[in-house]
Amino acid sequence: MRKVKSVSDLEEWKEHVILKQKQYEMIVSVCGGTGCHAYGCKKVRNQLARAIKKNSLDQKIRLKLTGCRGLCERGPIVTIQPQGIFYQRVQERDVPLIISETIEKGKVLEHLLYDDPLTKQKVTSEKEIPFYRAQQRLVLGKNGLIDPAKIEDYIATDGYRALAKAIFEMNPDQIIHEIKTSGLRGRGGAGYLTGNKWENCRKAPGDVRYIICNCDEGDPGAYMDRSLMEGNPHSVLEGMIIGAYAMGANQGFIYVRHEYPLACKNAEIAISQARKAGFLGKNILGSGFNFEVEIAKGGGAFVCGESTALIASIEGMVGEPRSKQIHTVTQGLWGRPTNLNNVETWANVPLIINQGSQWFSSIGTEKSKGTKIFSLVGRVKNTGLVEVPMGITLREIIFDIGGGPQNGKAIKAVQTGGPSGGCIPASLFNLSVDFDSLTEAGSMMGSGGMIVMDEGSCMVDVAKYFVHFLKGESCGKCLSCREGLKRMGEILDGITEGKGNGESLALLEELAVVVADTSLCGLGKTAPNPVLSALRYFRSEFEDHIIKKRCPAAVCTPLIQYSILEEQCTGCGACKKICPAQAIEGEKKQRHRIQTTLCSKCGSCKDICKANAVMVQ
Amino acid sequence: MEMKVEHVNLTIDGMSIKVEKGSTVLQAARQVGINIPTVCYMENLSPYGGCRICVVEISNGNGRASLDTSCTHKVSEGMMVQTQSPRVIRARKMLAELLVASAPNVKVAQDIAARVGILKVRFPMEDNRCILCGLCIRMCYEQMNGETLGFAGRGVERKVSMPFGKRPDNCRLCRGCDFVCPGLVIPCQGVKDPGELCGRCVRVEEMASCCPAPTFGCFCERNPL
Amino acid sequence: MNWEGRMDFKHVDTIIEKHQGKRTALISILHDIQDEYNFLPEGALQKVASRLQMNTNDIYGVATFYKSFSLTPKGKHAITFCLGTACHVRRGPKVLQEIARHLEVEPGQTTRDDQFYLQAVNCLGVCAIGPVMVVNGKYYGGINAIKAKKIIEKLNRKRGGVNS
Repeated sequence: MRKVKSVSDLEEWKEHVILKQKQYEMIVSVCGGTGCHAYGCKKVRNQLARAIKKNSLDQKIRLKLTGCRGLCERGPIVTIQPQGIFYQRVQERDVPLIISETIEKGKVLEHLLYDDPLTKQKVTSEKEIPFYRAQQRLVLGKNGLIDPAKIEDYIATDGYRALAKAIFEMNPDQIIHEIKTSGLRGRGGAGYLTGNKWENCRKAPGDVRYIICNCDEGDPGAYMDRSLMEGNPHSVLEGMIIGAYAMGANQGFIYVRHEYPLACKNAEIAISQARKAGFLGKNILGSGFNFEVEIAKGGGAFVCGESTALIASIEGMVGEPRSKQIHTVTQGLWGRPTNLNNVETWANVPLIINQGSQWFSSIGTEKSKGTKIFSLVGRVKNTGLVEVPMGITLREIIFDIGGGPQNGKAIKAVQTGGPSGGCIPASLFNLSVDFDSLTEAGSMMGSGGMIVMDEGSCMVDVAKYFVHFLKGESCGKCLSCREGLKRMGEILDGITEGKGNGESLALLEELAVVVADTSLCGLGKTAPNPVLSALRYFRSEFEDHIIKKRCPAAVCTPLIQYSILEEQCTGCGACKKICPAQAIEGEKKQRHRIQTTLCSKCGSCKDICKANAVMVQ
Repeated sequence: MEMKVEHVNLTIDGMSIKVEKGSTVLQAARQVGINIPTVCYMENLSPYGGCRICVVEISNGNGRASLDTSCTHKVSEGMMVQTQSPRVIRARKMLAELLVASAPNVKVAQDIAARVGILKVRFPMEDNRCILCGLCIRMCYEQMNGETLGFAGRGVERKVSMPFGKRPDNCRLCRGCDFVCPGLVIPCQGVKDPGELCGRCVRVEEMASCCPAPTFGCFCERNPL
Repeated sequence: MNWEGRMDFKHVDTIIEKHQGKRTALISILHDIQDEYNFLPEGALQKVASRLQMNTNDIYGVATFYKSFSLTPKGKHAITFCLGTACHVRRGPKVLQEIARHLEVEPGQTTRDDQFYLQAVNCLGVCAIGPVMVVNGKYYGGINAIKAKKIIEKLNRKRGGVNS
C-alpha cells in the first residue's frame, strides 16, 4: 500500500498497477454482486481458483471477484479479458471446460454465451448484448473491472485523479461552480440541484460542517446504490472527499441500511485502504485538509431514508423526521450545517471533476443532465441494473434493453419512484425519462426503481401493496399519515375483497389529498401518489372490483378461482400431492378437479403443473 | 438596561401584524385573537406538531403555498398566513374525522369534531383512549424531570410506554402525565348507593401504583375501581 | 446460544468498547448485542443506557422502533422473506403465505419448537431475481412455495427432528 502525497505519486502508482496487470495473459472476472451470490458465484469463483492453481496457471491468469455487472437475470456472470468473452449462467460444473477450452485453447463455449431471444443468435462480447448496447454505463461500468477489496484496481481506472485535481488545481469555489454548471441533480429522489445544495451548505454560518452519504435505499425494487457501494465504494468515497473539501467539512458519515451487509463490509474495507493511502484522514495528499468518514448503520426503517430521520438515526434516536422549515444544509446533524447526498450523486462527482461540467451537461436533456441508473425489474425479460442517459424513452428501456415481456403477456405499466412515485401506463411509454416529465405524468424519478407490470398484475393490488408498505414504515408521529394510511389501506382491502361500494373511491381520494397536504415528511406527503396515479390511469380496474366484484388480472384472492382444464390435464397427480389444503381430487391418469371451497389459492398447483392445465380467473 | 427585541411583519387572514422574532404562527395568531384549534399543543410545553390539526396555509409570496403546523412554524418576514382557507378547512375536517374514528370516547376528539362540523364518521370506529398526542411525555421530561415516559414502537403500533412496560423506580407518581392528558376522563360513576359517592378520584392512589400506564382514568380490567 | 447463563452481560461491555461508546454507533451496538444473545435482553439494554449515558426510555424507544431488533428470543434458523415490489409482482406474498402455513407461524414469530424465526422484510435489494428468501444469511432467488419447503425440510432433516 502506498502513501500518496502528490499528483505524480498517484500517476506513478497507476502506472505501476497497470504494468503489473499486463504481466497476466488473461483476467477472469467473476461477478460478486448479491444477485450472483444467490445463484452461486462464490462456488464458481472458488472452483475456478482451485482449477487455476491445480493447472499452474496462477502466474498467467488473474482471477478476481468484481462488483455487480447489472445483468442480474443471467447470473453468475464470468468475463474473460482481453478477449472480451461474456459468459452467463455459469455453474460449478462449467469450470473444467472453461479452463480446458477457453483459457487453454482459446475456444468459446457456446452454451455459456448470451442468446438473444429475438434474433436467436449467440453473442460473445458484452458490447453486443442488446441489454448493454443501449446503455451508457459511465458510473456503473467500472464495476466489472474492480475488485472492491483492492484499491489498486480503482487506481488503475483513474481512481482518485479527480481528488488530486480538486485539491491541487482547483479551489472550493471552483469545485462548487463545476458541480453547479454540470446541472447534476440529486439521484436519491427529489432531484434537487446538487451544486446549489453544496453552495448553501458552504455559505451556512458555523465552523463545523458534516456531509452524509445516504445509502439507506429503502425503495422496494431498487438496488442501484447497493451495487455501487458493494462494487465500487471508492467512487463514492472520492466524491465525498471532494465534496467535503469544497464545503469545508471535516467529518462524514455513510449511512448504510442494515439489510446490506456486503455493502457495509466493502465500504469499511475501502475506507481503511483509502486512509492508508493518504486519501482520508489528516493532511490529505499533503494539502492540510483533514477529513474522516464513519459508517453508521440503519436498523430496518424505510423512513430513515428521509434526510431528517436519517440524521436523527445517526444521533442515536428513533428515525422520526423533523421540520424542514430550516433546511438541513443550515441546521442538520447536531444542529450544524449538513449536506446529505445519495450514493449515486456522490459517485457522479469524480466524473464531473475529471471530465468537466461541459462534458457532463452534454449528456441528457435540458433540465436533467447526465445518466441515471435504474433497477429494471418485474415482468420483463432482462432484469437488472441499467444506466442510461436522461431523455431516453421508457419504451427503449423496457423493450430494447429490457427485452420486452417476460411471459408473453402484454406489458401494462411501469412503476417508477418507489412508494413515492406512481405507475405510468403503456400508452405513455414514449415519455422521456427525466425528472420533470415523470413528475408531470403523476409519478417521479425517485431513486431509480423501475418495476414492469403486465396483464397479470392487478393495479388495485399494487396500490394496496404500497399503502400497506407505507403504513408499516410510517414513524407514527403525524395523525394524517398514521391514521390516514391505515384507513386508505382498509378501503383498498375492502375493494380487493369485493366489498367496495360507490363511495369507496371518493373517500379514498379525499383521504389521499389530505394525507399529502398535512403530513410532515416526504413519506406521508408522497404516500398517496401510487394510489392517485393508479386511479388516474386504471380507474376501470378499480370499478371492476367494486361493481362487478371481479379482478381482471386474476390476482385478488377473494375474487378469483383456480380450476383445472379438462383438455390439458394428464392426470399425473402432481398437483394433488402438492396441494397443502388437500383440495384436489382425482384418480391416476384421470382428470383432476379442484374443490373451490377448500382451495387456499396458493398457486402451488399452477407452479408444478407441467401440462399448463391450471387456470386462474 | 434595554434589550433590543427584533420584530417580524406578517399577514394573518389579511391582517398585518408585527410580532417578536422567534414567535410561532400560532402565538402570532393568538395575539390578534385568532383561535386556531389545537390538540397536542400546550403552552409551556415544547410544540410537537403531531396531531396536525393546527395546520394553516403559508406562502412566502413566491407563488407556492403549503400547509404546515402553526404551533411549530416560526414567523418570517413577509409571510402570508391563511387560517381558514378552503384547503385548511378540508384538511381539518378530515383530520378530525380520522381522530374521532380512532378515539370517539375521548372528549377532545369530540370537541374538535364538533368545532369543524363533523357529524358522520365514514370509517369503522375504534375505541382508543390514547390519541398519541405526546403531552404526557413532554410534561414528564420538560416540567417534572421524570424522564420515565416515551413512545415505543412505530406507525400504527406506536404506544406511550414506560421502559419494558414497567414503572421504573424513578417514577415519583407525580401524575403530571394525567394532569395534561386530553384523553383522560375520570370515570365518575356519581352516586352509587344513597349517601355513597363512587370515590374513584379519591382512591386513585391504589390504582396508579399497580399500573404502568399513567392515566388514572383507565378502563383496563386491572383497574380495581 | 444459551443466554440464561449470561445474565451478567459482560459481553455488552466488550461490544460497547469496540464501538467506543459512541451514540452514533447505538444501532450497531444493538445489532452486535442481538447477534450475541439472539435478541435484546432487558438487562443488556439497561447496561447500554448507563454506559452511553442515555435514558433507558430512549434506548427502549430505539429498540422498539427499528424492525431488525427483537426483544424476545428468536428461533434458531432465521428465514427472511422479501416483500419488496419486484418480489410482490412475482407473487411473493402467496409464497410467504404458504411458508407461514407450513411452519404454522405468522411472520414475526418463532415456531413452537424454537427452530425457525420467520420474518418478512420490505426489500432485500436483490430485486432482479425475486421472489427472494434468505435463510441463515444465505440468499435464494426465484423462490416458489415448493422450493421454499424443500429448503426448510433440508434444515429440519439436518437436525434429525420433525417439524413442530
